[in-house]
Amino acid sequence: MKHIKILGTGCVKCKRTEEVVRRVVEELGIDAEIEKVEDIQAIMAYNILSTPAVVIDEEVVIKGRIPDRKELEILLGDVSVA
Amino acid sequence: MFRWLEKSTDWLVYQLLGLSAESHLSQALHFFVYDTIKILILLLLIIWLMGVVNAYFPVDRLRNFLSRHKLFGLEYFLASLFGAITPFCSCSSVPLFIGFVKGGIPLGVTFAFLVTSPLVNEVAVALFLGLFGWKITIIYAISGILLGVVSGWILGKLNLEPYLTEWVRQIWEKAEADREIFESTHRTFRQRLPEINREAFGIVKSVLLYVIIGIGIGALMHGYVPEGFFEKYLQADTWYAVPLAVILAVPIYANAAGIVPVIQVFVAKGIPLGTSIAFMMGVIGLSLPEATLLKKVMTLKLIGIFFGVVTLCIILSGYLFNLILTS
Repeated sequence: MKHIKILGTGCVKCKRTEEVVRRVVEELGIDAEIEKVEDIQAIMAYNILSTPAVVIDEEVVIKGRIPDRKELEILLGDVSVA
Repeated sequence: MFRWLEKSTDWLVYQLLGLSAESHLSQALHFFVYDTIKILILLLLIIWLMGVVNAYFPVDRLRNFLSRHKLFGLEYFLASLFGAITPFCSCSSVPLFIGFVKGGIPLGVTFAFLVTSPLVNEVAVALFLGLFGWKITIIYAISGILLGVVSGWILGKLNLEPYLTEWVRQIWEKAEADREIFESTHRTFRQRLPEINREAFGIVKSVLLYVIIGIGIGALMHGYVPEGFFEKYLQADTWYAVPLAVILAVPIYANAAGIVPVIQVFVAKGIPLGTSIAFMMGVIGLSLPEATLLKKVMTLKLIGIFFGVVTLCIILSGYLFNLILTS
């Protein structure tokens, strides 16, 4: 199971990021736990400068922008596609 | 560049709809159609260009650079300049602030970035270009950047570190010139391009409504408010007009997309340009929502000092504008 965290203080971009992530996870049928992190202190623990960011299994994979669906499919896909 | 558009708008309003060129309605409609289309084109163009610039100079790189180099004052300018070209999102200001503090970048330099970032942004620049022309746009951008430099420098001199909130102060005490480098992901321009395009359309889509409302109000005022109206009733050139405009503007928050078209009408109808620009800077540069976000990293006292210094600088630049632009 994957742990996905979406880091963002609640702006529009962060919400859109969450939507995209949830959709891709659902469509690919990935076994994942999605968590939205809004606390700034928790966010800063990941050493990022701009939000939104996506963290998969404690690794920051996207920062400062809304991810692309294809990109997410590749980032998440290695489990289900293979 | 936009002659074709003016011609087609003329044709649409005067020929197709058969309105007389003298009526209030046709003037308002002409302004609305022409300006909306022109500004949408400029918005797309500018946001796209800034996207390309940002792909090459991400803010991470600036931070690493500032953290490792002593620049004898130039760092204020660099931070402010980057604030101008970085796409502004109010929710990124806090992470950025902490990232800068963590890298041991002086507080004043961080403030320089924080001041300019909302003030000079891609949406404001596109609207200024469309409504005021390139000369005033350049004056606006340069003064926005200088405003960041000056307020950042003053704030830096005040030694405000004790007024950071507890946890940020701990970060500040532990700050070291970069152990951890924020490396930017290496991707080719081709890989980035679709993303830049998407971003540009996304931003335009999100401000579209504000632009239309702003220009709509502007158009109505254009068509129906007589020349010199505000001047007559507001006595715009009294000495206290500038501070009054700025102090009124600070609690208001509207994004640049909605406010610039309205400002343009103020100017067209007789309010001095400096007063209007100062008002606009107060509206988009400082706001209550921003203050609430900053509360996580700054004590109320620090927010007060920060807002106070920036407000003062905006007021001064308003006077300066009026001096330069009317002579």
